[in-house]
Amino acid sequence: MKKSMPRELTRQQYLDLYYYMRLNRAVEETMVKLFRQNKIVGGLYSSLGQEAISVGTCYALEKKDWIAPMIRNIGALLVKGVPPRDIFMQHMAKYDSPTKGRDGTSHFGDLDNLHIVSPISMLGDLIPVMAGVAIGGRYLGQKIVAMTWIGDGGSSTGVFHEGLNFAAAQKAAFVLILENNLWAYSTPVGRQVPLENLADRATGYGMDSYIVDGNNVVAVYKTAREAVERARAGEGPILIEAKTFRRLGHAQHDPAEYVPKEMRAYWEARDPIALYEKFLTGEKLLDAPVKKEIDERLETLLEAEREFAENSPMPPPEFAEGGVYCTGDDCHKIQARWERPIAEVTPPKSSVKAVWTVPGFGSGKGSGGVDAAIHFGDAPAVMDKPANNGRSAKAAAKPAAKTAPKKAKAAAAGASRKARR
Amino acid sequence: MAGGNGAATNGFASGGRQVTFLEAIRQAMFEEMERDPTVLLMGEDVGVYGGAFKTSEGLLERFGWERVIDTPISESAIIGAACGMSYVGLRPICEMQFIDFIVCAFNQITNFLAKGHYLWNAPAPIVIRGPSGGGVHGGPFHSANPEMYFVHTPGLKVIYPSTPYDAKGLLKAAVRDNNPVLFFEHKFLYRRIKGEVPAEDYTVPIGKSVVRREGRHLTILSYAAMMHASLEAADALAKEGIEAEVIDLRTLLPLDEESILSSVKKTNKCLVVHEDTKTGGIAGEIAALLCEKAFSDLDGPLVRVTALDTPVPYAPTLEEYFLPNAKKVFAAAKELARY
Repeated sequence: MKKSMPRELTRQQYLDLYYYMRLNRAVEETMVKLFRQNKIVGGLYSSLGQEAISVGTCYALEKKDWIAPMIRNIGALLVKGVPPRDIFMQHMAKYDSPTKGRDGTSHFGDLDNLHIVSPISMLGDLIPVMAGVAIGGRYLGQKIVAMTWIGDGGSSTGVFHEGLNFAAAQKAAFVLILENNLWAYSTPVGRQVPLENLADRATGYGMDSYIVDGNNVVAVYKTAREAVERARAGEGPILIEAKTFRRLGHAQHDPAEYVPKEMRAYWEARDPIALYEKFLTGEKLLDAPVKKEIDERLETLLEAEREFAENSPMPPPEFAEGGVYCTGDDCHKIQARWERPIAEVTPPKSSVKAVWTVPGFGSGKGSGGVDAAIHFGDAPAVMDKPANNGRSAKAAAKPAAKTAPKKAKAAAAGASRKARR
Repeated sequence: MAGGNGAATNGFASGGRQVTFLEAIRQAMFEEMERDPTVLLMGEDVGVYGGAFKTSEGLLERFGWERVIDTPISESAIIGAACGMSYVGLRPICEMQFIDFIVCAFNQITNFLAKGHYLWNAPAPIVIRGPSGGGVHGGPFHSANPEMYFVHTPGLKVIYPSTPYDAKGLLKAAVRDNNPVLFFEHKFLYRRIKGEVPAEDYTVPIGKSVVRREGRHLTILSYAAMMHASLEAADALAKEGIEAEVIDLRTLLPLDEESILSSVKKTNKCLVVHEDTKTGGIAGEIAALLCEKAFSDLDGPLVRVTALDTPVPYAPTLEEYFLPNAKKVFAAAKELARY
């Protein structure tokens, strides 16, 4: 685990983080009111107490980067630039919502402008999808980073494993935020996963990882910023475990009586917004007039956004039909934005020898060969087993040495490490 | 503009001659990748090895590691990553080493790919292709015909060709389509069937069936390997004075309702032959279609010749019993013709 580097923020950045956390909470508070008025069609999920994670991580991205938020990442949508009305209308199944009532909650996206991929309810599926966005972006020469979120619960799905392994094998510019909020619906994390730190899961994929206090927005931001920069630089995917707590039930219907009182009290005393306000006030970055200004700004904004959402109609019933296939004019225009010479990926420049280079071995014949025998090369074969001590993540995250002598050296080092144990 | 000009194509046959079913598929991928740099191929062992059946042989040499990606054994990750690639404007082709393994990615396909356009206007121009079908003693996990899981999923297109010409033309059409397309390649046909493919670029329209043999006494609807069994049966039927009209469905989703109805309105009898198991097979859907739209035209019951409702058994004796064949089609058709 790397310790995050100290990095100074501008006053505006500090205040942005504050504003977006406040906006995140205010949007969700407005939705709770709408829910109680029976204006929300389906379930309502909450990120109360987890705002620092959605906001701090997404704030570390650049405009061109891609996100795929989960249901507790309203804050990430807001930081990306989604107006609150869209979130309200999604929940209210309104015709002016991004999915025009065809889906709810945070299940919507924007391919062209904001670069948001819509989630599905099945957990973990966004991981290979966002790895694909990163790999595809790299292919086109774009220096983009793809980010998604998963909970402690979702980290036990099969596709979590497949996706991370593939992302790591491809060294995709992908950052996964693992929000460990201690509860998957009613099941505590200790009953789901026999690990103290879910960040340890990254080790199994040869990925580097960080652990961060998910209720400290500055720590979250700085850690995410470093991870994003490293991923963008080609160091491969990175996992950040943000430790936090789900303050409310799985959704509005769930009173979460299974959560011990002491646990709830512990975390309620660590509210990320209250903590941050204290920090900002202490650093003289926030005072009463500025706070008042933000309060008023939020109130005015959300009043207008809520009103717009409430006035939007329900979709006409017949809108249930159509749109299943991408045909004609109602189809999104598919265009690849090339930022590298296409010649690099087209013949003859793309032509290669169809052989895997294996350190210590010569190469076999290509796929055209009848009997593609692998023959021994000059270097001695080192049959070292990979060090399986849980500390190999950092080494594995570094690009493998290109030349044979270096490889042999690395293998020898591996062997000596093994001998020591 | 495609890889037609022979010399530079790494031994790829340009069209205009007899090629195997497998070679037609290889040509389609090669030519589409030549034509459009957003087309990529990924799957298990598709690169260095050229695919378990060699359908992608030579592609890595020509298009390089970034466009021909050997993946880990992770079907969900393959489909998921392809989906993400499509969001940035690429058109990935995903190979399932055997189509049986497509079910490992069932969630990605049915929930992510298929629903994306309806829900949030996100098209996913992806082709998922792989060897399917039995008759080669592959046993219960290497012989499946899982097409109907996906025909039941709005948002997908499902293709199952029977000739090299169609395989090439439909695969090219699938790559150019803006929707997720599942492309089933019957492995029994790979090296057994040869056919002429044109030298020039062409596509075959998705969603259109073709009449393979004209007739007036009954209609036989089929696709893939069973197309050939049906044609063989039709030859035998003709010797007994029964002229069967044989239609190759080619695409199962969307189904070419118009052609099915117009043929049945002419012959008044319909036999459906598929290698898929009986319950929930496309024949049931066609029966419903005829009941809804051609009930008064029918002079006999819709008859199904299909595989048994069991897993595909391994032993040759069992598999032969399990599968439909020309003899079974002949017997059923003869019976139906008597109505």
